[in-house]
Amino acid sequence: MLAFAIRRLLEAIVVMLTVALIAFALFRYVGDPVNQMVGQDATLEDRAQIRRDLGLEDPPYAQFARFVANAVRFEFGISYQFKQPVTAMIADRFPATVELALAAALFAVALGILMGVYTGIYRDSWLSKVFLAVSLVGISLPTFLIGILLIYVFSVWLNVLPSFGRGEAVNLGFWRTGLLTASGLKALILPAITLGLFQMTLVTRLVRAEMLEVLRTDYIKFARARGLPERAINFGHALKNTLVPVITVIGLQLGAIVAFAIITETVFQWPGMGLMFIQAVQHADIPVMAAYLLLVAFLFVLINFIVDLIYVRIDPRIRILGRGA
Amino acid sequence: MSGVPNRAGFPPPPTPPRKGEGNPVAPVARTRYPKWVDSDLMYSFTRSKLVVAAALLTALMVGAAFLAPLIAPHDPYDLKTLDLLNADLPPAWVGRGEARFLLGTDDQGRDILSTILYGTRVSLLIGLCSVLLAIGLGVTLGLWAGYAGGRIDSFIMRIADVQLTFPAILTALLIDGVALAIFKNYRLEGGKFWVLVISIGLAYWVQYARTVRGVTLVERNKEYVEAARLIGLRPVKIMFQHILPNVLSPVLVIATINLALAIITEATLSFLGVGLSPTEPSLGTMIQVGNRYLFSGSWWMVAFPGLTLAMLALAVNLLGDWLRDALNPKLR
Repeated sequence: MLAFAIRRLLEAIVVMLTVALIAFALFRYVGDPVNQMVGQDATLEDRAQIRRDLGLEDPPYAQFARFVANAVRFEFGISYQFKQPVTAMIADRFPATVELALAAALFAVALGILMGVYTGIYRDSWLSKVFLAVSLVGISLPTFLIGILLIYVFSVWLNVLPSFGRGEAVNLGFWRTGLLTASGLKALILPAITLGLFQMTLVTRLVRAEMLEVLRTDYIKFARARGLPERAINFGHALKNTLVPVITVIGLQLGAIVAFAIITETVFQWPGMGLMFIQAVQHADIPVMAAYLLLVAFLFVLINFIVDLIYVRIDPRIRILGRGA
Repeated sequence: MSGVPNRAGFPPPPTPPRKGEGNPVAPVARTRYPKWVDSDLMYSFTRSKLVVAAALLTALMVGAAFLAPLIAPHDPYDLKTLDLLNADLPPAWVGRGEARFLLGTDDQGRDILSTILYGTRVSLLIGLCSVLLAIGLGVTLGLWAGYAGGRIDSFIMRIADVQLTFPAILTALLIDGVALAIFKNYRLEGGKFWVLVISIGLAYWVQYARTVRGVTLVERNKEYVEAARLIGLRPVKIMFQHILPNVLSPVLVIATINLALAIITEATLSFLGVGLSPTEPSLGTMIQVGNRYLFSGSWWMVAFPGLTLAMLALAVNLLGDWLRDALNPKLR
């Protein structure tokens, strides 16, 4: 277990350094940082002075080392576009994205497991067919179209839910939450459904396939023979054994949710990191792009790492394999 | 094979040599490839009405898109024919709609139907080009990694693993963003097409590389490869002429599903405002523009391009699903 964890950790560090290198190359070579900081009328001497002050004359590896050291301390420089420290911008928007992503994941998991179990048990009922047809549509429709559709139905047509923004947010020290006000919760519904729909269909299909597999096994037959109630068989015995792949997929999909939050946040003008990133891309705001890239990479690597560890805890087969290696 | 009605015009198909059995010297068997595609695949194809419908829909949309200059009632690129007085007209069957604009007009007075036809063409072209790029890159790297093994293999696969950590849309967005940052001082009207193709192509090569590498690892130890090596063929020739044909069916399956993904990715990037500019209509830019007018009730500007995009993606996805089951390649 420990050896496995250490090996994974080393791999994670390699991935992070690779991403840091890409981010550094972006930061250093794509846009000229000096041009962005001084006015049009700065003299050549001024520019040279700034270059020296910023350490841009140092050898590249020294600059890279400094970049990594700064990144570890969460310092990513000043945004070209807003002239603010990138760290402050991220701190401002991070809670919004996290709340949206968690709400979407909760929606996807809760509804996905329910629908998956239902379609797995009653595979021929008409409701199961409806669920599966919906899930096919959910996989084929692009996220932004789903968002637009929901906005049209619930905001323009029925006029019951807000179509943009986060509603009223409450300040809890370092965390601005929208979960404590009625308008904040209302504003969360449509974006969370939009973001979670794809993952919900994924969970539904996965749970259904696993349930079909498990329900055929001998121990389920035995449980039936013992006269256990259907509920205990379906949820206590069958569902429990479908959860290993589901947990892995959900963990990995959490990363995808953060990435797709970019689209959802743009559609709903949700003031999170994704919207910030898109605006940075549109305006070639390199420091923000580099910071977002590193942060998301860190998040992904962390999630992968945790999923791997949980997997080993849950599935004894991997533990034995790991011991052999 | 048994009991398959022979479709008119086809000679009775020879028994298809299946992979892994029979003659291991595959080149002989390969010359019959097109015929067994006709028999085996066509059989499972005609069995599912859904798949036939999806294929017809795809063919219809692709055909209409590529014939756009001939069948479109208006030319959205021809600025002379645009009239702002025609802007924002609803479809012909609604209120003040006019018969010459069947699906209504957009904010600049362009006919939606014609713009969809031209836009689908752009979307399909970007999708096809980026899939070809992804195939070229992924298959080459996969073959190389699988055939060479050792350090090259672990290096290529390491890159693939790192890239696989991130969703493809993020990679595409990032490459796109970097390209825009590099070229922001140049006027990039036609160039944005290729920026998109490269961004999307580079985002999706990993799956090809992993699959092809997996199959290559198996194939390279087979006798026909050994024979080719013995007669002194160069590795490049062995990889591309001998191994490549044996890895093509999984590649075809991935490519079909990839095409749907690539079209959606293009639409998404254009919708996010980092793809094509609104003067070059694609399905994504049309939806982006239409989205701004949603609140004024002009639903047709979003609805018809959106519907086209959804149907195209759904049809191609269905075809891909069917192809995966029918070819049953080594995709797990």
